[in-house]
Amino acid sequence: MSAVTQRANPLTAGRLPRWSNLAVLAASAAVFGVALGLTAAASGAAFPVPAFVIATVLGYLVLLVLLSRVVEGPRKAKDRLMRNLVVAAFLLALTPLISLIVTVVGRGAARFDIAFFTESMRNVTGEGGGVLHAVVGTLEITAAATLISVPIGLLTAIYLVEYGRGWLARAITFFVDVMTGIPSIVAGLFAFSLFLLLFGPGSRMGLSGAVALSILMIPVVVRSSEEMLKLVPRDLREASYALGVPKWRTILKVVIPTAIAGISTGVMLAIARVIGETAPLLITAGFTQSMNYDLTDGDMMSLPVFVYNSYISQGVDAQAYIDRAWAGALTLILIVMLLNLLARLVAKIFAPKLGR
Amino acid sequence: MTTASPQRAALRAVRRPGDRIFSGTALGAGVVILLLLAAVAIFLITESLPAFTADPDEIGMLRGATFLEYVAPLVFGTLWAALLALIIAAPLAVGIALFISHFAPRRLAAVIGYVVDLLAALPSVVYGLWGATTFAPILQPFYVWLNENLGWIPLFEGPVSATGRTIATAALVLAVMILPIMTAICREVFLQAPRLHEEAALALGATRWEMIRMAVLPFARGGMVSAAMLALGRALGETMAVTMVLSASGVITFDLISSTNPTTIPANIALSFPEAYGEGVNVLIATGLILFIVTFAVNAIARYIVNRRAAFSGAN
Repeated sequence: MSAVTQRANPLTAGRLPRWSNLAVLAASAAVFGVALGLTAAASGAAFPVPAFVIATVLGYLVLLVLLSRVVEGPRKAKDRLMRNLVVAAFLLALTPLISLIVTVVGRGAARFDIAFFTESMRNVTGEGGGVLHAVVGTLEITAAATLISVPIGLLTAIYLVEYGRGWLARAITFFVDVMTGIPSIVAGLFAFSLFLLLFGPGSRMGLSGAVALSILMIPVVVRSSEEMLKLVPRDLREASYALGVPKWRTILKVVIPTAIAGISTGVMLAIARVIGETAPLLITAGFTQSMNYDLTDGDMMSLPVFVYNSYISQGVDAQAYIDRAWAGALTLILIVMLLNLLARLVAKIFAPKLGR
Repeated sequence: MTTASPQRAALRAVRRPGDRIFSGTALGAGVVILLLLAAVAIFLITESLPAFTADPDEIGMLRGATFLEYVAPLVFGTLWAALLALIIAAPLAVGIALFISHFAPRRLAAVIGYVVDLLAALPSVVYGLWGATTFAPILQPFYVWLNENLGWIPLFEGPVSATGRTIATAALVLAVMILPIMTAICREVFLQAPRLHEEAALALGATRWEMIRMAVLPFARGGMVSAAMLALGRALGETMAVTMVLSASGVITFDLISSTNPTTIPANIALSFPEAYGEGVNVLIATGLILFIVTFAVNAIARYIVNRRAAFSGAN
């Protein structure tokens, strides 16, 4: 080794400088920008932005890998390629999300006004109208679904964590997993057939939708509550037993209060999951243009079905229907985001202070 | 220790009535879940029987075809769309999960994790609306380009759809929708890879990618497969996005960009159910039963892989 004659710093020699990524990207953008710009100008067409982006990224990757291969060797070149591909995958996946949010906010703002939340669609054919009936329906159906799912889900979780041993517990765990994968439309079909058998044909009602939603909600509640109950330290339970407290009072007074923050977070996330479900409600609760406060009587509109319906069956003034659909979608996203934030807040504020 | 057993008998806890009631209720809730799932299966089967037994000519919905002829294109469309979505989403999801777990700075990773969770919570009807009115028109010129330059491949044969509401668009929207769940599971598995193996690889002079390939990916293989299966299950059952994006005509074709597209079981149910009557309803429920069985199988396989993996995972 002729280390004496080596001029460069041996620790950084054989490496591309830190700015090489940006430099290569800029070079690639410049080359393809000029090339595509000239061809576009020659044929009189507009500047092809998508082609430019794709070509630039590909050019950047190829150039960078070639450069790295020459300077740093094949192993480093591969490392660089994979690192850039991973970042590219991330950016690529981010684009639809940004596009979605921008579109929904941009187009939903047109009808996001007071009338939209204080009026129903009764006797509205063109402009105007609102989603009050759908908001009421969504709130009532989701509340009913929560009332059904939370007791069943929470008690099952308690059974699995505190009591469950043997084949029955294993079977319940397995079938809760299976339930997680039930397609939402199948849950809708089940609730529909159930109410068909119970109340005869044509029995579309809000309660049926609530049953369908509970099928989707119960497994989520069981899973999250189970995780939270498992986190409660064994010492707490044993301390309670040592004081002579019966097991059921230990669970009610010690275990659940300790885990309540996590459990309510899980419930809120479960609500956020089902509040946007469209397909089961389309089948079970149907749709209507009027107010309906009664869960057990007749069709009931919900927000997701409202969005779907406004888009699928556009009336005379198509633009008004589309505007309402976007405003409804914006409302839905806001509700879901609010629930998510609230869930995180609850988890943060009421988290049990286990440490000293 | 001959005195152990009488002592244990003496120490046996008193069974209080409160205990009995409480544990009974908890057990009851668990049994309710089992009954519920059994009820789902039984109701779907009883309600779909007329579709198999009734005379096909009397069911208006079948338009003279037998039930099998009616359901075959639907099954094909469901599998085809879900498979396309999975092929698109799987590499991206693994990439994003790797980015979060091994490349991104800690703080950025937390933010991205939150965004991914939010993406998973967005209602499917919003994806559908966005896919049909915003995404499809963006993709349409791209389809024209594909058809002009790669038209000799049967996948891009055309004639190109004028609206862009094709099976390719539906699969892309589905891919966006299943990305979050796949990313979330892959991230969890990647984070569980033994830290010592990773550090050993790096200490031996491996580059970061070589470390991932040698220490992380082999460990995470089972988890990645099951994530893909769970995502596949979700894509199979997804309704609204496909219903709204796809302009369906219910044919069997591999053409990705033409104006005649195969449709999927859930989309077909959502579209036809409001107008269905008589045995038509039973036919739709029967297709739902088929969907249920397919997703059940996919999920069961995924869970099996996860559980088998769990027994050997970690550093034991």
